[in-house]
Amino acid sequence: MGERLTTSTLLVTEEDEKKHEIIRAKGEGKELTKEEKQRLRKEKKQHKKNKKDDRGPPEKEKEKEKASVPAPSKPATQSPAHKAAPVPVNASASESPVAAEKPAKSKAELRAERRARQDSERASKQGKKEGGQQSTSSKPKATPNELQPVVKRLPDHVQVDDPVALKKLAKKLERQQKSGQGCSLNITGVKVPLRSDYGYKVSLFSHLHQYSRKNPPTQQISIPVTVIHPSIVRLGLQYSQGIIAGSNARSVALLHAFKQVIQDYSTPPNEELSRDLVNKLSPYISFLSQCRPLSASMGNAIKYIKKEISNIPSQCKEEEAKRILQECIDSYINEKIILASEAISKYAIEKISDGDVILVYGCSSLVNHILCEAFEKQRKFRVIVVDSRPRLEGREALRRLVKKGIRCTYVLISALSYILPEVSKVFLGAHALLANGYVMSRVGTSQIALVAKAYNVPVLVCCETYKFCERVQTDSFVSNELDDPDDLIVTRNGKTHLENWQTVKSLGLLNLVYDVTPPDFVDLVITDLGMIPCTSVPVVLRVKNVDQ
Amino acid sequence: VDENQSFRFSQWEEDPDVASAVAAIRSLLEFLKRDQSETILGLRENMTKAIQRLEETDSSVAVSSGGELFLRFISLTSLEHPDLSQCKNVMIERGELFLKKISLSRGKVGKLCHTFIKDGAKILTHSSSRVVLKVLENAAADNKRFTVYVTESQPDSAGKLMAQKLHNLNIPVTVVLDAAVGYIMEKVDLVIVGAEGVVESGGVINKIGTYQMAVCSKAHNKPFYVVAESFKFVRLYPLNQQDVPDRFKYKADILKTVKDLNQEHPMIDYTPPSLITLLFTDLGVLTPSAVSDELIKLYL
Repeated sequence: MGERLTTSTLLVTEEDEKKHEIIRAKGEGKELTKEEKQRLRKEKKQHKKNKKDDRGPPEKEKEKEKASVPAPSKPATQSPAHKAAPVPVNASASESPVAAEKPAKSKAELRAERRARQDSERASKQGKKEGGQQSTSSKPKATPNELQPVVKRLPDHVQVDDPVALKKLAKKLERQQKSGQGCSLNITGVKVPLRSDYGYKVSLFSHLHQYSRKNPPTQQISIPVTVIHPSIVRLGLQYSQGIIAGSNARSVALLHAFKQVIQDYSTPPNEELSRDLVNKLSPYISFLSQCRPLSASMGNAIKYIKKEISNIPSQCKEEEAKRILQECIDSYINEKIILASEAISKYAIEKISDGDVILVYGCSSLVNHILCEAFEKQRKFRVIVVDSRPRLEGREALRRLVKKGIRCTYVLISALSYILPEVSKVFLGAHALLANGYVMSRVGTSQIALVAKAYNVPVLVCCETYKFCERVQTDSFVSNELDDPDDLIVTRNGKTHLENWQTVKSLGLLNLVYDVTPPDFVDLVITDLGMIPCTSVPVVLRVKNVDQ
Repeated sequence: VDENQSFRFSQWEEDPDVASAVAAIRSLLEFLKRDQSETILGLRENMTKAIQRLEETDSSVAVSSGGELFLRFISLTSLEHPDLSQCKNVMIERGELFLKKISLSRGKVGKLCHTFIKDGAKILTHSSSRVVLKVLENAAADNKRFTVYVTESQPDSAGKLMAQKLHNLNIPVTVVLDAAVGYIMEKVDLVIVGAEGVVESGGVINKIGTYQMAVCSKAHNKPFYVVAESFKFVRLYPLNQQDVPDRFKYKADILKTVKDLNQEHPMIDYTPPSLITLLFTDLGVLTPSAVSDELIKLYL
């Protein structure tokens, strides 16, 4: 023990010496050498780490101080428990007590003073902030302070197998109910329900949620609902039961629900509309993502609304602000969805020539619109609709096309290689276009693109620009959606073979919703900006960001 | 408009070395200078009519793209200066600048590309392209030793013309049959071709036989380079050979006289971007996917 002290004091004195050197060198007007500069920087870093450690666990520091010999293992084990945080923070937390050893002796008094000041500050802040937020706010502050590479946090919906992430999500939902409490009347708010997973999940997809349709998320909400607006509750139910499906339909329904919310919103007395409304929308968005994970198009729409709300000038009257927001939402729907589909049809019709045999998959509102327009413009073509279980969305597409009078054929996806030699073009819709050129669409799309490529049939993807997202994905596992596994159960001739699938331990039912198609299989993407190759999606994203 | 055409033909007679798009733009500029219209709208209409007449005479992709670029150039100017006479002067000035820039583009391409030709290389090229000639000229001036194989390129035997020009530059050259491309591919080190038009996908439209050569070079893993000036970038997006518009495939006089086009031989074909290694343009050395980037910058 004694030796430890002497070495630490030795180090301390060494440090002081070097510091004096540096100060001398500066005084003499000499430029600091590279090593000295580095040392200065390292010291500043340690200083900051100590400060951050001070603010975080004050008790831990006090313990360390009292026990004059700090045991590096103790704080190291405490810190993971206290901060369930990514690894760099842990590493630094174990580092900093060791570093704190050295200047501890000489700077103890300074730190005590500082801590007293911070305690008083924190006490005054406690009235406004809540305890829960403190821990999470210190975490994001910790990560930028680190000069090590920051671990980018994964979204909650792909961390289902991590109990820590689940706990965080539960806390966050609770917190949102509490923040609602602060704004509205002081009735005990209802928790934004946390849906529980259902059934055995295939291990490759254990990081995703799998909900059952028979357990709607609204079962845990009691009436009257003070936190969640009724039109949002209705929307969430419609999503979870599959009544509203398809990315355009979901986005439009979302925007209409938000219009209703804004209409019924009234600014509380001491708050500003531009800030309060955004906070109001957050629990709604969490609720909707519990009902069904948000799509990329919905994400972009929400970003747009939040931006518009925060851009409302503070001196604007409430009625005026509401009118502006309603107009913004209307123009967004009009421009990005309705007019975009007109523009896309115009480009797409150039690519449809007489005598074509066009293959479509599932039910894409955009592709159906294009085909109906082309038929009205007197193009002679026939359509082959490919469908797949369990959703059987192709039947809806078939219904719409036949009603128009277009000649259609209907096959299941297993007959794909049989009919492809007859096909001249393939038209596919998209759920989202990723930043590396990959196309995210209904499961089965990448299979169609692959087989079409093998037969040298051109594949055209039609997608509006508001579905372009900044995410990058190269496979369908990382981020996907698992639908209700009970959908795969089918009754034939009075026999339901998979009825008791849950009792068989080694059996798992997998009902994927999306898959990802690489850009080599796609020949052309038709957007409202024109016809672009699949590799030019990041260019469009760049141009859009410059515009905004 | 008729005197415009005669002017153009005279242009071509004077200087056969000039690219057809450049000649087209030059004549459009002359037309602009002599135009008598009173309003900007009238001016635009006249220009569009002139471009149509030009395309009727020479229905190549290059003329179409050059015309479109020039028109775009003009419309941007008219947005800034609403007054006609001032606008016209600015347009003419800019037109001259544009013309000067694109006359230099061939030199730029040549400078970029000749470094990719190593000493002792065997090069295969198709038909007669002035840009490829310039590239080979630069490489020869750099004291590199290489041999060239040129395809005959029927039906107009343009390859023989190319061989003659290369012979005058003291470059060893051999003429091969169009059908011998597969045979000769194992001997060559790289393939360089010109282009009549570069399309949005990054593919090229060039003399018939280019697609075959590209497929062969892909099968033998030889690099396939395309050299083209930037004014050849055109806003087309063909999906396959059938998708290329008829007005480019056949010569203008055939389009007017012949009833059944299925009996005629097309003069050009489309090479998809997956078969092209690199494109050398005056905007730099591009991969096929970067062409769309440049086009978006030019047109959007």
